[in-house]
Amino acid sequence: MNALRESRKPSVAGEMPRRDFLKLSVAASGGLLIGFYLPGMQPEAQAATFAPNAFVRIGTDDSVTVIVNHSEMGQGVFTALPMILADELDADWAKVRFEPAPVDPVYNHPVFKMQMTGGSTSTWSSFDQFRQAGAAARAMLITAAAQRWNVDAPSCRTENGTVIHSASNRRLSYGQLAESAARLTPPQQVTLKDPKDFKLIGKPLKRLDTPEKTNGKGIFGIDVKVPGMLTAVVARSPVFGGKLKSVNADKAKAVKGVRKVVEVPSGVAVIADGFWAAKRGRDALQIEWDEGPMADFNTKSQREQYAELAKQPGLSARKEGDASGVMASAAKKIEAVYEVPYLSHAMMEPLNCAVDLRADGCEIWTGTQFQTVDRMAAARIAGLKPEQVQIHTTLLGGGFGRRANPASDFVSEAVYVAKAAGVPVKVIWTREDDMHGGYYRPMYYHSLIGGVDADGNPLVWSHHVVGQSIVAGTPFESVIVKNGIDGTSVEGLDDIPYAIPNLSVQYHPAKVGVPVLWWRSVGHSHNAFVKESFIDELAVLGGKDPFELRRRLLAKSPRDLGVLELAAEKAGWGKPLPAGRARGIAVHASFESYTAQVAEASVDSGGKVRVHRVVCAVDCGRYVNPGIIEAQVQGAVIFGLTAAFYDELTFEKGRIQQSNFHDYPMLRINETPEIEVHIVKNNEKSGGIGEPGVPCAAPAVANAIFAATGKRIRKLPIRMSEAV
Amino acid sequence: MISFSVNKRRVNVDVDPSTPLLWVLRENLELTGTKYGCGMAQCGACTVHIDGQAVRSCVAPVTRAAGKEVTTIEGLSPDLSHPLQRAWLEIDVPQCGYCQSGQIMSAAVLLKEIPNPTDEDIDQALTGNICRCGTYPRIRRAVHRAAEMMTKGRGR
Repeated sequence: MNALRESRKPSVAGEMPRRDFLKLSVAASGGLLIGFYLPGMQPEAQAATFAPNAFVRIGTDDSVTVIVNHSEMGQGVFTALPMILADELDADWAKVRFEPAPVDPVYNHPVFKMQMTGGSTSTWSSFDQFRQAGAAARAMLITAAAQRWNVDAPSCRTENGTVIHSASNRRLSYGQLAESAARLTPPQQVTLKDPKDFKLIGKPLKRLDTPEKTNGKGIFGIDVKVPGMLTAVVARSPVFGGKLKSVNADKAKAVKGVRKVVEVPSGVAVIADGFWAAKRGRDALQIEWDEGPMADFNTKSQREQYAELAKQPGLSARKEGDASGVMASAAKKIEAVYEVPYLSHAMMEPLNCAVDLRADGCEIWTGTQFQTVDRMAAARIAGLKPEQVQIHTTLLGGGFGRRANPASDFVSEAVYVAKAAGVPVKVIWTREDDMHGGYYRPMYYHSLIGGVDADGNPLVWSHHVVGQSIVAGTPFESVIVKNGIDGTSVEGLDDIPYAIPNLSVQYHPAKVGVPVLWWRSVGHSHNAFVKESFIDELAVLGGKDPFELRRRLLAKSPRDLGVLELAAEKAGWGKPLPAGRARGIAVHASFESYTAQVAEASVDSGGKVRVHRVVCAVDCGRYVNPGIIEAQVQGAVIFGLTAAFYDELTFEKGRIQQSNFHDYPMLRINETPEIEVHIVKNNEKSGGIGEPGVPCAAPAVANAIFAATGKRIRKLPIRMSEAV
Repeated sequence: MISFSVNKRRVNVDVDPSTPLLWVLRENLELTGTKYGCGMAQCGACTVHIDGQAVRSCVAPVTRAAGKEVTTIEGLSPDLSHPLQRAWLEIDVPQCGYCQSGQIMSAAVLLKEIPNPTDEDIDQALTGNICRCGTYPRIRRAVHRAAEMMTKGRGR
């Protein structure tokens, strides 16, 4: 079922030579995948397998295997995508299995044209493709049955994994037809179902990958074992941009189990029989670093520089009316500075990558979101053609953007280590390595002035955003940066939906040597906090109810308005609460979906904030699996609350001061509020769901804190002592 | 040579005695269901049982297991039949799945000690287990569900 699990069998037995370890036979001609050959499968079984296209394989045992080209990192693609295909195929859901795709152009993301997972796009972007694949297979099975029965294809129908000829009361299962269907040519065109006939799509079906995530059998990158493989732990510069000056590895080599110490561009790798020896060896290295230009970098002066930048004219990301011209005519004005820190993705599974590099090829096992990019990077380093590099995508123990790196950092490094080691090697990052390894959500500084008119209605919003571009210097720069503006830096602000007549948003790109990257919900993760807090400030300034003001300003944005009203209604906005508790509301669109959240919070006399309940409304258009949506949104709220309450990476003398979960905490079960998720049902174009639940969590809570205490939170993580 | 039992199987391992039990389980015994998350008993992904007690195997030297019974997720049941696993399947708890072995192993000790736990009991028992995906609401439901299965005698 899972190629990787199959691949481990020989390693456990230790008998099968590596070359037979996992043979993937991919015939790329015409984009057709002919078949996978896994150890243990009999040739007869392969010959009888019906694989009409790259996404589905039907066995004579009636099994339907859906090949999923997006990485599973918690978001449920191993269920949602098979549901789409199986629905068009009219498959028996009990027979449906999944398998991660190898790297091949046929598996490229239909929109981004490379194999990858990100941007909350997996389900909607693959929707048509997986429907087509299922429908094509179904048409071929019907043709095969019609030929067998010598009847017209249109007189046959399908149901639950069988083709039926009602007139003669004959039926054949897909497995019985697999062999003959395999001899047919795939149809050029297929007819798709009328959505009203969907049987699986839209239902809260159970995830197919829950069993292997409940019995310890699921294979993540860190679990991969290749015969003869050693484990490496790498010493990297404690300061970004630092270079190795000298290393004395004598003590490291004296550690029992350490086999080799090699220099790689990122530092020094200690290669050992297992993790513990490698780590002890790494910790015993005596290294001198040339710390480079970031040696004195610190968060305090970075903040001061950002504050200075915010005072300069920036690049215009949004301009409505004349913000500076009307400012003087505002009846009341308010100025505010909002700040958010660098954040680590802190996936539960620290980064790792296993590489088996040979003269004629390279196999990589890792949990990546960026197969195409990683493969190209590996090929360059290995001196191979990209086709000679195969990546086996394992389960990802969380991704959140960190495993989609244009710089392919953890994959490139592992290939360098394998090259130097001369044996298969798995590089494992410790938690500290992972947290110090860069590619963070950037720190941002927002300075705003807003004003209301004599009736208390928002008149003007002037906004300066200072922060690093996450794509500057990467191949994505030319696509994402327009007129000097990184679209992700201002997303959610350049399209503020509120009907405010005078709006100005200016962006100031900051050049800083800290590697940064997309982090679950990207720019929305901070822009929504600022936008939804500041609109609350304007409501208070104008003496308006925060919900009613938003409602009025969103009158021409029906989907924002829809979720806003739904969340308010379900949360009982305006209704009495137990003493000390108050509600805050936020609404934000991201990744083509709309969300609103109402948080109920209280603050005790010691300044300890407790979130009691969060009510979410989401409109992601037409959806596939509402059970997965509920889980994603609940998880996103918790992810957002973690950032709201706890997390912050700070620099002193060029070094990150946090290192592990004791000083970079995660929200825990005892702090988790009741989280309700209400899903809007409609037939709008599908949007994303993995990320859109994050942005509203912090502002909804911050606004609730204001309602409870009169203290405004303008800086994350929330510290009541810093509230204004 | 250090001897102990893992999932009712007797094992002898020849490793540096400072090696955390976690890495012996994962690398020497190839039981990779137990995960590394932090290496300092902060996240609970490495939770196993030693003589029935929940232990963070990332900070427990392998010598701590000497002569004792270790149970990992692989030994909780051979076939997903433990009430917690059945409840996990019914409620569809996991997202990425990485922390779930630890969550389940912590919850198993809780249910042994408190067959019918309150939300507060669950909070207390599972506070040491981080889930970055945020499956806590479903974990809570599933632990209650497992308790219900067990008290109704349909569990094991």
